[in-house]
Amino acid sequence: MAWNKKDLLGLEYLTAEEINLILDTAESFKEVSSREIKKVPALRGKTAVNLFYEPSTRTRVSFEVAAKRLSADVINIATETSSVRKGETLIDTGRNIQALKADIIIMRHNCSGAANMLARALDISVVNAGDGWHEHPTQALLDIFTLKEKLGKIEGLNITIVGDIAHSRVARSNIWGLTKLGAKVTVCAPEILLPLEIEKTGVKCASNIDEALKNADAVNVLRMQFERDLGAAFPEQLEYYKKYGITEERLAKAKKNIIVMHPGPINRGIEMSSEVADGANSVILEQVTNGIAVRMAVLFLVSQAKEIKA
Amino acid sequence: MSILIKNGRVIDPANKIDDILDILIEGNKIAQVAKNIKIAAKNVIDAQNKIIAPGIIDMHVHLREPGREDNETVATATAAAASGGVTTVLAMPNTNPAMDTAQNVELLKGIIKQSAKINVLICGTITKNRFGQELSDFGALKKSGVIALSDDGASVDNDVLMLEALEKAQSLNLLTICHAEDKVLAAKGVMNLGFNSTRLGLRGISNASEFERVARDITLAGKTKAALHIAHVSCRQSVLAIAQAKQQGWRVTCETAPHYFALSDDNLLGYDTNMKMNPPLRSKIDVAAIKQGLKDGVIDVIASDHAPHTEHEKDIEFERAQFGVIGLETELAVSITELIASGLLSWKRVIELLSLNPARVLGLDKGSLSVGKIADLIVISPEDQWRVEKNKIISKSKNCAFLGKNLVGRVDYTICDGKIVYQK
Repeated sequence: MAWNKKDLLGLEYLTAEEINLILDTAESFKEVSSREIKKVPALRGKTAVNLFYEPSTRTRVSFEVAAKRLSADVINIATETSSVRKGETLIDTGRNIQALKADIIIMRHNCSGAANMLARALDISVVNAGDGWHEHPTQALLDIFTLKEKLGKIEGLNITIVGDIAHSRVARSNIWGLTKLGAKVTVCAPEILLPLEIEKTGVKCASNIDEALKNADAVNVLRMQFERDLGAAFPEQLEYYKKYGITEERLAKAKKNIIVMHPGPINRGIEMSSEVADGANSVILEQVTNGIAVRMAVLFLVSQAKEIKA
Repeated sequence: MSILIKNGRVIDPANKIDDILDILIEGNKIAQVAKNIKIAAKNVIDAQNKIIAPGIIDMHVHLREPGREDNETVATATAAAASGGVTTVLAMPNTNPAMDTAQNVELLKGIIKQSAKINVLICGTITKNRFGQELSDFGALKKSGVIALSDDGASVDNDVLMLEALEKAQSLNLLTICHAEDKVLAAKGVMNLGFNSTRLGLRGISNASEFERVARDITLAGKTKAALHIAHVSCRQSVLAIAQAKQQGWRVTCETAPHYFALSDDNLLGYDTNMKMNPPLRSKIDVAAIKQGLKDGVIDVIASDHAPHTEHEKDIEFERAQFGVIGLETELAVSITELIASGLLSWKRVIELLSLNPARVLGLDKGSLSVGKIADLIVISPEDQWRVEKNKIISKSKNCAFLGKNLVGRVDYTICDGKIVYQK
């Protein structure tokens, strides 16, 4: 099949075939990073702009590395020092970047739907690097890529996602992607951190972590975002760790080869113990490595898209 | 000056008329309603295959003047209204300055006198500056011509103050209009709380934030025997609470807006900020309940909640965009399309909802086509199809939830105070 979308906004908007196309493309790009000269000319002469309205190191650097390994020129716009500070609207900023003849905007934004809005307003490609609580498609794609690499398939797997589901774009993208590919997904969180009617996406809800881990082939542990002001209903850190933290004792009761994932940055001693983070079941650093291949695939595909803007 | 409208289907629920008739207007009054009027008139309108109805009375309109003339003015809003078949509007008081003193009302009256193309009536505030702290001087407001009170855009949170407001309004025979919203329960939401807010990753506004406040205000209305009108009802529990209040015989009426029966929160899936309003577009279950309420009489009035905003207030990130949509130019056609063309309601019922009932709620001598009344009426092509296009919108702001939609039913003439104020 051919890719025909100029943008990547979320996994909700993709078919299983499109997700598999990204994963297959990523697989062929993964080898590039192990070469002595880590570069292919796929995007030579193209310009990718990193437009980040929220602090991010991991995702921004990963996209930058991915774009550079495809030979694209990369420009980083830090919104704290740009005209955004002077009150420029998102659409105006986007139109200016388009007028500079950039080809792809990679955007991180704290408002849900910001990437959808920008993509609608522009002819050039928009890749969502995380928008509010909505989606973080490349994170879910690299999670799924890593799972597939480790377990050979996605269909029929039992995947548990634990943490603040309500406020997590990583959770939403993973749920859409995994369910489309046929995995059985369980989300586990205190009631207050489960968004309304989430089971309509096809996931099961669990409030007990040991139950949720019992048959899991993998557990994806979300970052608890204590830096955000989420009000008094948010559980206290130590309390959360006691009830939901992934520890060696808990893993001992789960499947022996259960895969432990985390999108980073980890709060050690809140979401998981250091022993688990650094332990044999953890694939956290492999996720980071795979992120490059997945983002190379996404940048390559959107830049090849033949889609004509409606 | 005389106008003779010939051979139209006259729908006048107040007089139980639905017949092919002529209407003669002399001066600013309806002079005759009969078959085959054989009087030479200066202006003859052929209304064959058209509907003649009393003009729309839209009791929920934000004119934005004074204060936000960049959004809308009395001149632009009333021109837009005329094109939509609206002959009377009730101006909401959340202007700058707010309509909380006789002096401010006089200021607006001056603007209306100078630039309004249709009838503009004024709603005063319940509290000073709409801050919910201290009651406005209702007596002075009434004396200056205010016909109702509302803090629209805000609810009076303090129960005791609201009780006092209803008692005072009752003693002055003023209608109180309630914007039913508990801000604490609304929890900084930007859309309806439900599966769609989960999908979109946006903060949700629960039905409870509306219906709990509806329930409180109804209770206070029952206690005080004051006349209470609930604005922009959007959810099923509110409809139920109002039905119960009516059964008690309390003086409670309510309105909904066209977007609450024509659209649901499914329309937000593309983050279109023209689908962002307060209260929010609700679930399909609520939409069905609103339609049922319109049918069985629990909902008395359709009003637009016309809320103009400039493009730079709307064409931004969803959660940062202003709440509200314009509606004066589309309310009739959306009502025809969604309620009549679908077979849900009769023409008579829709005209009641748009004209006769708001006249009754507001205590106006309007909403009928009786001989001797001021001639506020419209001529409609009931089957004319048209598309809502941004560049054809008359209102100064273009934040319309129905952009690109195909609608049925169009206004050919709007006659207000005996004068043609709009002609297609």
